[in-house]
Amino acid sequence: MAKKAPDMEEYQYGFRDEHKSIFQSGKGLTEEIVREISAIKNEPEWMLNFRLKSLEQFRKMPMPKWGGNLDDLDFEDIQYYVRPSEKQGKTWEEVPSEIKETFDKLGIPEAEQKFLAGVSAQYESEVVYHSMQKDLSDQGVIFTDTDTALREHPELFKKFFGTIIPPADNKFAALNSAVWSGGSFIYVPKGVKCEVPLQAYFRINSENMGQFERTLILADEDSFVHYVEGCTAPIYSTNSLHSAVVEILCMKNARVRYTTIQNWAPNIYNLVTKRAVAEENATMEWVDGNIGSKLTMKYPAVVLKGRGAKGSVLSIAVAGKDQHQDAGAKMIHLAPDTTSTIVSKSISKHGGKVTYRGLASFGRQAEGAKANIKCDTLILDNQSTSDTIPYNEIMNDNVILEHEATVSKVSEEQLFYLMSRGLTEADATQMIIMGFIEPFTKELPMEYAVEMNRLIKFEMEGSIG
Amino acid sequence: MAADFVIEGLKANIEGKEILKGINLQMKGGEIHAIMGPNGTGKSTLASALMGHPKYEVTEGTAVLDGEDLLEMAVDERARAGLFLAMQYPSEIAGVTNSDFLRSAINSRREEGKEISLIRFIRQMEAKMKELEMNPEFLHRYLNEGFSGGEKKRNEILQMMMLDPKIVILDEIDSGLDIDALKIVAEGVNAMRSPERGFLVITHYQRLLNYIKPDYVHVMMQGRIVKSGGPELAERLEAEGYEWVKEELGIEDETVGQEV
Repeated sequence: MAKKAPDMEEYQYGFRDEHKSIFQSGKGLTEEIVREISAIKNEPEWMLNFRLKSLEQFRKMPMPKWGGNLDDLDFEDIQYYVRPSEKQGKTWEEVPSEIKETFDKLGIPEAEQKFLAGVSAQYESEVVYHSMQKDLSDQGVIFTDTDTALREHPELFKKFFGTIIPPADNKFAALNSAVWSGGSFIYVPKGVKCEVPLQAYFRINSENMGQFERTLILADEDSFVHYVEGCTAPIYSTNSLHSAVVEILCMKNARVRYTTIQNWAPNIYNLVTKRAVAEENATMEWVDGNIGSKLTMKYPAVVLKGRGAKGSVLSIAVAGKDQHQDAGAKMIHLAPDTTSTIVSKSISKHGGKVTYRGLASFGRQAEGAKANIKCDTLILDNQSTSDTIPYNEIMNDNVILEHEATVSKVSEEQLFYLMSRGLTEADATQMIIMGFIEPFTKELPMEYAVEMNRLIKFEMEGSIG
Repeated sequence: MAADFVIEGLKANIEGKEILKGINLQMKGGEIHAIMGPNGTGKSTLASALMGHPKYEVTEGTAVLDGEDLLEMAVDERARAGLFLAMQYPSEIAGVTNSDFLRSAINSRREEGKEISLIRFIRQMEAKMKELEMNPEFLHRYLNEGFSGGEKKRNEILQMMMLDPKIVILDEIDSGLDIDALKIVAEGVNAMRSPERGFLVITHYQRLLNYIKPDYVHVMMQGRIVKSGGPELAERLEAEGYEWVKEELGIEDETVGQEV
């Protein structure tokens, strides 16, 4: 008997389509399923072995005892691989019609035409649509799904895959390494600057689905790329799992910006490992927005490996009813004169919980390194909570570490002021909230900023009182 | 139509302590009323209570603007009914630009679909800012954030000019202003004088009234208006202070609600 979906807050992307996938692994995780995934994808031996070793690793590792509550996450109740269609479309016409309609509703083809240089659309376990503007491919930029990259760029792939986040890094990285499918692979050649963003969109449609995309971005010397990802799913009464691994290498003088607008349905565990390595004078920027999911545990990291490397994480987290956003950032300073900035903005409401968990680490070589961390929380009612948990490791005396944290409520004085000019209480509250997250939205490309503002306004409706 | 504003028997508490003990005041469009008095006599409480600050509890009385009792309304409704309070300590709001805020405030007075056009709004705002000798960058600055005291006061006057209220309360608009800024602010206020609009100017000092000429002057003590007169009353207060008023009325401690 179908269970009634639990009473969740309004979520506007909760629709599902009736598309029938061509292959489903069934629930549960076994060695056979891992072998089957690898066989369906026709992978080389080394990848199968990598997967099997990762599965072993996953089984050996205990569940994390920190962070959010994972008690309801049942690994045997998840489908690890669902193949939606026979082949990937290069035009939207080639994509099965139900799936295309879903992406139409999400506005992806429209956005692609207007302001994106390349788009990848993943549905369940596979990328169903992929396209990139010709001038980028002419300059040697590779933007493809990760499975295709394994087939078509085996040397580049093997050299870097799993090197920044090895399977043993954590239990969920091990799981992803065992069952990964889809995700994006990007290589930007020396000196090439991609002025227009590339986007990937991740959609889960089935119930009890596990999505395990794997992304690898290689930015060669003096290059630039901005990659944007978005994600949504239907609402079910049961849990789904999204556990991605994202590895990024910024070579000398390269700059990569990685923007996420995570808006998963409130029944999804979002347990993601994201890490970048920044070499000499390279810049890595994570712009990370977490609005959806049941529990997110995500701490984008930058390993500042070369002299003068820069890292930044700018994040917002919004937690509503039954949501916990356990998010943060890690900055690992391994080289002299490296600098990092973390700006974390969180909002909790309707009993939601936000946790900032961050690490600032300075190795022995990090002479003259600087880190600046600023965490601001806005709590909208008395049922909601927030925590700030910063960890610092300092192995060099000549470093600067600044940490600033504020927790506030929407103040009576501010509301009075805005209302005294004619704004309703709802509009005034919204204005204060939008102002609070403005440092985040102003970093988004204009179209995303508009979308982000719309999402937050939607989230905040009825948040007063 | 000239505004008609009548305050009758207004009493208000803060944290259970009565600060306003029955204020009566009548004003019409075109008039400027000044409320003077030493510190702690309830002047700013009057301003805040009229606007509806949540800290103040009105226990008795009415404040009727053009037939509607403001005290029955929420803060935003009072504003849309035509009341404007230029505050002594305006709030700072990070991330919200001055122009976005003001445009929302103007649009809150208009029906949906009849919002002010961006171009028209920017033109108006730029013109008013010029009158107040404000740097055009203040359009894009976050609302009052990092503004100096004088800049905040000018910004209050700018909002008044843009929102075109019926009754304006200026709560110690002169505090923290140097003489040049004071003149500019006063000119802004004078430019807004009209037969329709009434002003209630709250101040410690007669100085402001050299630039904004009142028609009526009221002295507040112990939470009441104890004396009213014409502009000559302000001049006498400036010359002689408040002692003579206290003596005349037999008041020893003019303050109200202060801890002893």
